[in-house]
Amino acid sequence: MSLLETRKLTAFYGDFQALYGIDTTLEAGETVAIIGANGAGKSTFLKAIAGLIRGEAGSVLLDGMPIGARAAADIVKLGVALVPEGRRLFSSLTVEENLLIGGYGRKMPGPWTLDRVYALFPILKERRHSATPTLSGGQQQMVAIGRALMSNPRVLLCDEISLGLAPIVIADIYAGLPQIKAEGASVVLVEQDIGQAMKVADRVYCFQEGRLPLTGRPRDLTREQIHRAYFGT
Amino acid sequence: MTGWIDALIQGVLLGGLYALFAAGLSLMFGVMRLVNLAHGDLIVLAAFAILVVAGKLGLDPFVAVLLALPVLFVIGFALQYVLLNRTLGRDLLAPLLVTFGLSIIIQNGLLQLFSADSQRLRSGAIETASIPLGGGIAVGVVPLLTLLSAIAVIVLLNFIFYRTPIGRAFRATSDDLEVAQLMGVDIRRIFAVAMGIAFVVIAIAALYLGLRANFDPTIGPARLLYAFEAVIIGGLGSFWGTLAGGIVLGLAQTIGARIDPEWQILAGHLAFLVVLVIRPRGLFPRAQD
Repeated sequence: MSLLETRKLTAFYGDFQALYGIDTTLEAGETVAIIGANGAGKSTFLKAIAGLIRGEAGSVLLDGMPIGARAAADIVKLGVALVPEGRRLFSSLTVEENLLIGGYGRKMPGPWTLDRVYALFPILKERRHSATPTLSGGQQQMVAIGRALMSNPRVLLCDEISLGLAPIVIADIYAGLPQIKAEGASVVLVEQDIGQAMKVADRVYCFQEGRLPLTGRPRDLTREQIHRAYFGT
Repeated sequence: MTGWIDALIQGVLLGGLYALFAAGLSLMFGVMRLVNLAHGDLIVLAAFAILVVAGKLGLDPFVAVLLALPVLFVIGFALQYVLLNRTLGRDLLAPLLVTFGLSIIIQNGLLQLFSADSQRLRSGAIETASIPLGGGIAVGVVPLLTLLSAIAVIVLLNFIFYRTPIGRAFRATSDDLEVAQLMGVDIRRIFAVAMGIAFVVIAIAALYLGLRANFDPTIGPARLLYAFEAVIIGGLGSFWGTLAGGIVLGLAQTIGARIDPEWQILAGHLAFLVVLVIRPRGLFPRAQD
């Protein structure tokens, strides 16, 4: 049984259908990357798993348990945490308060505490009492990841964590990934940076206009296949 | 000169009452973005509740309010959970209409039950007790207690908001409703708890409303207006600002009354307008609002 599975997952914004029957799996210990052009449905896919868009119960399964119809607040307690696109830190909370609120609904026992997050991203300890709008983009992204880790997730969903950041900062953030995985989290990465995604992922799903034309292991996929799936040409 | 100093002191003390009216409103707006048009009527309703508890059990209003506090917390929680949560969303009109309807129901329900007669909470000698400050100036014990209670309420609300996990959840929810849910915050429950706390503040405001002056079922809307003005003068999202807003309003009213007794209410409204013109976001707005 897969740790996380989607079965014929669909999603709508009003009358607009954003996802058409997406079938995916995530095995324990795996990192999968979701790539695709803007508007392909990548973020919608993560939102549907995290419960921000609710659908059929059986369309998302966690350890075989249907969770597709559950509310976001319940899903995080089951061990699925989302690092949302654009970081979306709580601006009236300090860095430390942002991390603490990440553990607010925590039901999962696990390794992540304030000290462990500070060990992963030491700069955050120095800035612990700062207001989040005063942080650099990279530091904000570290807070967003740390905040999600504080719920001790079994599945960490990351939406565009490299967006708008300098390459050296992206490298810093991705340097934390092995440790996050070593602590037992499996990871789903939505990434526009295909090179980065290919480097860290065990498997890749390429979305195109709400469908899934291409999946595979990075080493098995040719540049041309990805290009075709990405742009539909 | 003594008259003016007295007006200033009484203004600050009156500000304590307005801050109590406003603190619950400020909390509801701060967490739920709810503009509660029934706020004044809820204060009057709570005053009648204290009156009944005090009368039936033969208790002092200060004791009766202690009994009423947990009950009002539960009523506030239930009101939010069962009714008001359903009205919150993108459309601002729904909560306005529902709380406006609630206001009418409360006023007419109270008229039916208690008639239009003026009522007052009776607490014996303390009502008229005062502390002489010398120079012919004295402060009433009840007005002083009102201000001290207002300060205590603001300190307590600040403690809850800035020092406890549930306070973090209140602020996070206020910042970003969607992401707060990703943290495991059940927003329906959080909103209900916030309303429960607001009702506790309403009960304290009602105690002093009833001790300081007569009340009847129809005076709610005017109290709502003072509460709104205090919140907006102080700046949305800041409890200390709300206290300052209440004091500015109280000072304006007593100074106005000192100039001419007919100017009391008008001077308060004028001060509100002046603040709106000079500092449209209030005296102490929260940074990101």
